Amino acid sequence: MKAVILAAFLALTPLTAFAVQPDEVLPDPTLEGRAREISKDLRCLVCQNQSIDDSNAPLARDLRLLVRERLKAGDSDQQVVHFVTDRYGDYVLLRPPFKATTLVLWIGPFAILAIGAIGTALYLRGRKSAAVAAGGDTAPLTEDERQRLDALLRKEDA
Amino acid sequence: MRRLIFLLPLLLFVGVGVAFLLGFERDPRDIPSALIDKPAPEFALAPLPGHKEGVSSAMLKGDVTLVNVFASWCIPCKAEHPVITRLSKELGVTVRGINYKDKTEDALDWLKRNGDPYASIGADQDGRVSIDWGVYGVPETYLIDRQGRIRFKQVGPLTPQVVDEQILPMIKHLRAAS
Repeated sequence: MKAVILAAFLALTPLTAFAVQPDEVLPDPTLEGRAREISKDLRCLVCQNQSIDDSNAPLARDLRLLVRERLKAGDSDQQVVHFVTDRYGDYVLLRPPFKATTLVLWIGPFAILAIGAIGTALYLRGRKSAAVAAGGDTAPLTEDERQRLDALLRKEDA
Repeated sequence: MRRLIFLLPLLLFVGVGVAFLLGFERDPRDIPSALIDKPAPEFALAPLPGHKEGVSSAMLKGDVTLVNVFASWCIPCKAEHPVITRLSKELGVTVRGINYKDKTEDALDWLKRNGDPYASIGADQDGRVSIDWGVYGVPETYLIDRQGRIRFKQVGPLTPQVVDEQILPMIKHLRAAS
């Protein structure tokens, strides 16, 4: 059974294979590793929610080759990314940079969380002070309440 | 006043909803060009065989020029071809073509069938020069001013509306400017 499952998995692996073609791969594994890392963060402009590392689009292939060409020419990772953003803008970065125009994007979720937390805190505090104003939960029982409680407890004992 | 605070989430929700609704109107293919107002990239493309001149950055200085990236395999290119032809033949605009990743015989055949409105055509067979232009889908058209700077980019086919409302006024303005 195990062998069958393993065989099934192995049969399916080619379907999830990388878009990177064998002829693109650099002989130097360090450079190739850097190329893969850079490619994973670069958006394919044709199929926009894939990275060029994932995409089979011809333009993605061209860009992968370009990344490798730049690395071979001795560029640093940053220089390679700059080379691409100079041509295609920040849009190609799957991780948008932190700057004035993307501030809302980065800060937004935290700001909303903070607003929620402050709101909740204010609400809870308001409820507590309202309860205190109404006598609070430490106020002694009234005579009526005491009698009722006694009656209930006696019933329990009996 | 305290009641109103409970309306806040609703208002926020409506705000976000409206923002998303407006987002539907936008074309996800329309990516702002990083090259607007920057000099056109340095390049020199060999002519498409059978044509005298290719296209190079030096040729883009002097007069206002349109650079049109096209291919014979690209259906919208055929759709925009009459618009390009009108710009070049009737309105006297210099249009230079970049033939993107095309087979020479296909490109020549296509031009024979549809007419050749280009002042010159450079063959970009591996698409390398087009990457320098930030091309990500054909057709694309760039408007270059006299100093050789990119002033406008159209992704996708040029329509008569884009020509009349955006390109022609810009050409007029750029020609008058200097």
